[in-house]
Amino acid sequence: MFTDDNRARARDIVAQYPRARSAIMPLAYLAQDQHGWLPPEAIPEIAEFCGVSAAEVQGTVSFYTMFKRRPCGRLVVSVCTNVTCLVVGGPEILEHLEVKYASDDDVTVEEVECLAACGNAPSMQVNYEFHERLTPEVAEAIVEDYKAGRLAARTVSGTPQ
Amino acid sequence: MTTGQAQTDTELVTLTIDGREVQARKGELLIKVAQENGVYIPRFCWHERMEPVGMCRMCLVQVDGMRGFPPACTTPVAEGMVAHTDTEPVKKIQDGVLEFLLINHPLDCPVCDRGGECPLQDQTLAFGPGESRFTEEKRHFEKPIPLSGLVLLDRERCIQCGRCTRFAEEIAGDPLIDFGERSDRMQVVTFPDEPFSSYFSGNTVQICPVGALLSKPYRFKARPWDLSTSETTCTTCAVGCRGALQSSSNRLLRLLGVDLDAVNQGWLCDKGRYGYEWVHADERVLEPSVRVRNAMVDVSWPEALEAVANELQRAIELHGPSSVAVLGGARGSNEDAYAWVRLAKGVIGTDNVDAQLGDGLPADAVLGLPRAEIDDLDQAAAIVLLGPDLKEELPVLYLRVKQAAVSKKVPLLDLAPVDVGLTPYATAVSRTVPGEEGVAAERLVAAIGGRASGDAGIDAFAAAATGRSGPVVVVLGRGSVAQSAAPTMRAAAAFAALPNVRFLSALRRGNVHGALDLGLAPGFLPGRVTLDAGRGWFAPIWQTVPKERGLDAEGILRAAADGKVRVLVLLGADPVADFPDTDLARRAIDGAGYVVAVDAFLSESTRRADAFLPCTVWGEKAGTTTNLEGRVQRLGRKVSPEGTTMDDWRIAGELAVRLGNDFDLEFVDEVTDEIATVAPAHAGARSQLLRRSRDGVVLPVREHLHEIMVRTGDLNIMAEDGPAVSWDPIRVDAAEPSEEGDAAHEVDEARGEAERLEREAPAHHEWDRAANVGDAPGRDAYALRLVSGRELYDGGRITTCSPSLAPLRKDSALMVHPQDLARIGVEEGTQVRVTSSRATVTLPVRTHPSVPAGTARLPFTADGRGASELIDTTTMVTDLRVETIS
Repeated sequence: MFTDDNRARARDIVAQYPRARSAIMPLAYLAQDQHGWLPPEAIPEIAEFCGVSAAEVQGTVSFYTMFKRRPCGRLVVSVCTNVTCLVVGGPEILEHLEVKYASDDDVTVEEVECLAACGNAPSMQVNYEFHERLTPEVAEAIVEDYKAGRLAARTVSGTPQ
Repeated sequence: MTTGQAQTDTELVTLTIDGREVQARKGELLIKVAQENGVYIPRFCWHERMEPVGMCRMCLVQVDGMRGFPPACTTPVAEGMVAHTDTEPVKKIQDGVLEFLLINHPLDCPVCDRGGECPLQDQTLAFGPGESRFTEEKRHFEKPIPLSGLVLLDRERCIQCGRCTRFAEEIAGDPLIDFGERSDRMQVVTFPDEPFSSYFSGNTVQICPVGALLSKPYRFKARPWDLSTSETTCTTCAVGCRGALQSSSNRLLRLLGVDLDAVNQGWLCDKGRYGYEWVHADERVLEPSVRVRNAMVDVSWPEALEAVANELQRAIELHGPSSVAVLGGARGSNEDAYAWVRLAKGVIGTDNVDAQLGDGLPADAVLGLPRAEIDDLDQAAAIVLLGPDLKEELPVLYLRVKQAAVSKKVPLLDLAPVDVGLTPYATAVSRTVPGEEGVAAERLVAAIGGRASGDAGIDAFAAAATGRSGPVVVVLGRGSVAQSAAPTMRAAAAFAALPNVRFLSALRRGNVHGALDLGLAPGFLPGRVTLDAGRGWFAPIWQTVPKERGLDAEGILRAAADGKVRVLVLLGADPVADFPDTDLARRAIDGAGYVVAVDAFLSESTRRADAFLPCTVWGEKAGTTTNLEGRVQRLGRKVSPEGTTMDDWRIAGELAVRLGNDFDLEFVDEVTDEIATVAPAHAGARSQLLRRSRDGVVLPVREHLHEIMVRTGDLNIMAEDGPAVSWDPIRVDAAEPSEEGDAAHEVDEARGEAERLEREAPAHHEWDRAANVGDAPGRDAYALRLVSGRELYDGGRITTCSPSLAPLRKDSALMVHPQDLARIGVEEGTQVRVTSSRATVTLPVRTHPSVPAGTARLPFTADGRGASELIDTTTMVTDLRVETIS
């Protein structure tokens, strides 16, 4: 359930669009930012704001992998293993981080397709902030910087905070 | 029509399809134009009644001058267009699309309900590659999973055409299913706690091009090639949807919607679609019985008929004809209604006859108001809704009004007392206080006349309607059975002053309009003529005609309760369940001297009968029915009745013989023809004409002869020689009757007959709007005014005796505005004591945003719980006092 603040923000967001249903994704991001993931209880509420059915919101949010429909860590680390990164060590970075953070509730490591940063491969994103020219050690150091607050993390939706 | 041709105009263009020159209206879709000219372009996602989306890529064609391969379903035709549908590149694309679709499609056709009528099967055979290069594992899902109580989903078979999701949103307005996930995990989803509980869910199964959506009631019941089919009319409600009724081994197994443009356009509601189950219910009474010393004893038909005839004879002799009363008849055929009217009015001589059970509108108004056809909605200047919730009571009419308001942009005014299914689509909403409908109607008349009405909603609506051509269509019914028909009649009198106004009656029982048209109402004779006007016409035809106007249902029940009715015939009627005042109905049944039940089931009313004459029901009998616009259509006889049941009209004839008047009617067509000869409004609607005209005949026949379309082919669902199969609109080919030929002869004959009766027979009844009534009494500040209407899945026979529908029934609670709940001082869901001038009952109370303050809504459930105990039919409205139980 949206907090009172977010409820007001949701109303403002809906008002920005000529049709309320256009606000489905912004509201889903808002809910995700509030909860740290997108819990199923948020769906009917978004539907009500947007004047659509819960099934329609469910259809939209289940299409996009950026909506986390299961609880995830505060930091979502997306490691690319598509062609260019594959050649220059992306899978090794992925494996290293997966092992390192396997039991860390703060960090969710996921494999993603091309991040369109092939020029500086291998690359990854931490809460959708780009990090390039990585090695497993550099990648780990970056995640540690986020964990320790030396780097300011965005929300899991990628919203700067 | 939502056919994606909003831009269509009447300008003709010439184009070439596969080397053949054809003409079409500019803007029509290529796929449709090709089909109309005999070129079938394969497709999965395109459905003529929905907007095109171009999702499945099966209909790609080549068009000279256009880059690539445009989908024929999204390409409008244009002057000089040259299209190719069977070139090598097009065939290669079709091969490729089918091969892709079959990658993940399980080849479980032998156990799939669609097998044998499956477009994926058929098109693979006709257009596909025959071999698959895919050797990997296909995707797997748990199968099937329920989407609702009626529809199952097999996700492995789904080819993601989006027909079902588009239907749910575009046509039904219940977007409870949508596509979820992506790529090969893409699937139709519902939200976990919100099943696809649309009243129209069964249509998605019919239009699904594979076996992904399955009907729970039909699953594994038959193979399509084993089914035999009859065209029929659904009699679940008064819309009269056209359907194809299918059976195997003398069991009804499936009803498919037939695309009758004027009425249902291919759709059915789930109650109509799955309601056939009750025909085979174990509870059916199949043998006649009579009461002997307080116990019902099975007897032969001659004994039963003899017993009833003797009782009738004795009542007539000792107490006069008006000691006999007939209630019901709105559930049968026109032939049933006519034969019973002839027996009651033309043999016995009683006018105490009513097809309605105090829950409808006076026959004077229904028969005499200027009528609209359903199709008028699309061309209307404006639509006014004053009546029950169409979504609950006349679901397919709800679809048509919604379509007019949404797709045709016709202004819609909602004057119902509480929110209804159409409220979200209304241009303006003005909540009337129950009982004050007349005030709202007068405001509207003022606003349309250019004067400020004092109601912003009504003014806005009048402004939206200004300058539009076409009729003003008023959908008129009882917004609540908790109030008398008087306020609705006062509103009707006001509406009647509007220029070019026409009415669609929102009475719900299957053939109530046919029954009223044929005189199953006090003061009327067959063919929409009054007793007084028609006496001279019917006197030489029938043995007798009633001397004076008789009683309506309420009058009959009061007379019966006072012991003044010697023989009460219940013609498929259950007054205890259906009459708004249960207590009066019970006293009437107890007080009547002798009760004859002509019914298929025992009910609280018929249980008390002294003679039970079991009748055939829908699906077992031929004949005709009349829908709410006055359209007469034929019924299909698909299965042989079990037991020794008899058609209602035959029972009437058998009783007449025993009372000394032989109707000499052997076959049902003879009854139809007698109606066409003696009933002024029906003049010319002979069985042969009805058999030949595809869309039936609208009454009065003479005014609608030009609409008659003569069949040129038969319904063909198995598609042995054409592409029409059950998943695409099911249609019957027809043409206007030509100058010569036997079809023209039948229409001429009808014209002749109609003209003769026009000259000789009495004029059709017209409603006198001067008969006006006063306002409802003011409401006590602490009382809540009761609004009670039907729900689709009510306690009626069709729901309770159909195993698939029975579980869909909802529990009822008293619905109030949150403010009123606070005033009562209880929590949501608490049991409260509800008192009317009639009774006190205990009910749970809940809030609902659709209920205005000062009003309380309680569904009228047909098994007598709640509303019918509270309603006081002696007053215009029913006010409730709600108190906590301490």
